[in-house]
Amino acid sequence: MPVIKDAVCSLCGSLCDDITVTVEDNKITKIENACILGHSKFVGMFEHDRIEKPMIRKEGELVPVSYEEAIEAASKILVNSRRTLSYGWCSTSCEAISKAIQLAEETGSLIDSTANVCHGPSALAAQEKGAPGASLGEIKNRADVIVFWGCNPVHAHPRHMSRYSSFSKGFFSTKGRKSRKMVVIDVRKTDTAKLADKYVEIEQGSDLLLITALRSAVNGHEDVIPETVAGISKEEVLELAETLKNAQFSCIFFGMGVTQSRSKYKNGDGVSSLISDLNQHSKAVMIGMRGHYNVTGFGQVATWETGFPMAIDFARGFPYYNPGETGANDVLVREEADAAIISAADAGAHFPQKAVRHLAKIPVIQIDPYANPTTELADVVIPAAVVGIEAEGTAYRMDAIPLRMKKLIDTEFKTDEQIAKDLIAKVRELKEGA
Amino acid sequence: MKLKANLISGRTADQGAHLEAKTYKGYFDACAYCELNSSDLGKLGVSEGDSLKVTTNFGEVVVFAKANDGNPDGLAFIPMGPWANAVLDPDTHGCGMPGLKGVPSEIEATKEEPLDMKSLMKQYRED
Repeated sequence: MPVIKDAVCSLCGSLCDDITVTVEDNKITKIENACILGHSKFVGMFEHDRIEKPMIRKEGELVPVSYEEAIEAASKILVNSRRTLSYGWCSTSCEAISKAIQLAEETGSLIDSTANVCHGPSALAAQEKGAPGASLGEIKNRADVIVFWGCNPVHAHPRHMSRYSSFSKGFFSTKGRKSRKMVVIDVRKTDTAKLADKYVEIEQGSDLLLITALRSAVNGHEDVIPETVAGISKEEVLELAETLKNAQFSCIFFGMGVTQSRSKYKNGDGVSSLISDLNQHSKAVMIGMRGHYNVTGFGQVATWETGFPMAIDFARGFPYYNPGETGANDVLVREEADAAIISAADAGAHFPQKAVRHLAKIPVIQIDPYANPTTELADVVIPAAVVGIEAEGTAYRMDAIPLRMKKLIDTEFKTDEQIAKDLIAKVRELKEGA
Repeated sequence: MKLKANLISGRTADQGAHLEAKTYKGYFDACAYCELNSSDLGKLGVSEGDSLKVTTNFGEVVVFAKANDGNPDGLAFIPMGPWANAVLDPDTHGCGMPGLKGVPSEIEATKEEPLDMKSLMKQYRED
């Protein structure tokens, strides 16, 4: 009964690399150190609705077909379409992402990652003002002030606070939680807010106002701050600014409250500017709480290979980048895409209705281990192996540290990487025949 | 009686634990609800488990009611997923990101039942 240590969890951006699994008869029967998300990923997988066979939709129903038939049908869709959206590729390995980008280039497609509905605005903010960061190990060892702004790690990154942040014990933070001040800024008292030393409840949509007020305070311009900002008192703003300025090493962890709310990427732009201002007085960094376990990896691979981290349009024959024009949701809401290939992410579940309505109208290829809302819209479905369990591969943690995911059990399913390679080969064959 | 609320979506641990089990009832239980504080639920005259109809400029959806006293008055939360996305804002304001947090909504009690995932997705195919 093999017990495998130091397996890397392939669910969220925390990418915990201390998971211990017990394998019996090619199934994971026991797991240690994983949170509820990891437990569902590793142990729950044997009860989940696995896509067993490739399928093609015929007269409204998905019917099983051979792998070769599915590859041919998918490749025909890709070759015959003029404006394919390739979306997702974040719950998979960097090696697969590289092939996905090659496939997009081969077909003149537009390829975008889950950052489109997550930390895309943070990439824009970083491009505007930079993103002073650190590894999570540095946070654990050094950070004495930790801010969670618009994120809720108790729910979204359950082991983050014990492994990397608030509760972790590090080199200069031997007292763990007592070594740190934890601040939570949010629009409602979340389960994370309940653990804070200081909870700052702001009015919805007012993050940019608070950021600007904090910057004014940090830069010695308290006089411009009104008596109430973002729903909180000037006194509280000044107190928060002092906490940050007087920190030895502060870190602002930020999430969807910053990227998805009213000012979108301007919030991240503001946080980055605030970090820059704080670095005139002490040491400060910012880290985005990345959702999918390898969305960071997509950004890395895409940047090496195309020069851009997401929303890359190959229609011109060279990479063109303009989020707002070339984002996945942009091209669906404008009803411009005439085909889609969705892998290792779930547009059907996570895109707003107008985008999903358009997906329902166009041919959709899905590559995924599990049936989900995208399957309900798909015309060709290709089952994939689960990376990090059935297949090894590289992923990047939220702090851009690469980790190698292990193969823990055997499988007959093909990997996303292999499927993408097969699609590239078939597409080339069909194009040559044209 | 219709309650005006500002709607946000977001992650929950239960929703996350069902990311790879979205065809199961557990996912429906984890996502097909709207959280308001007890005072707001009182104004609507509903208890937890009753149905609510949430309407925005972008659509309407029926979900079941849940109480969360961490929410200030007038703040509605629906976990990320197809139910929330039925009513959220598709406009990316020129930056790529749709409006997934902070959409004005009207909420009222209803006798209708929430749709299961497949029925909800079927509506998109029939549009």
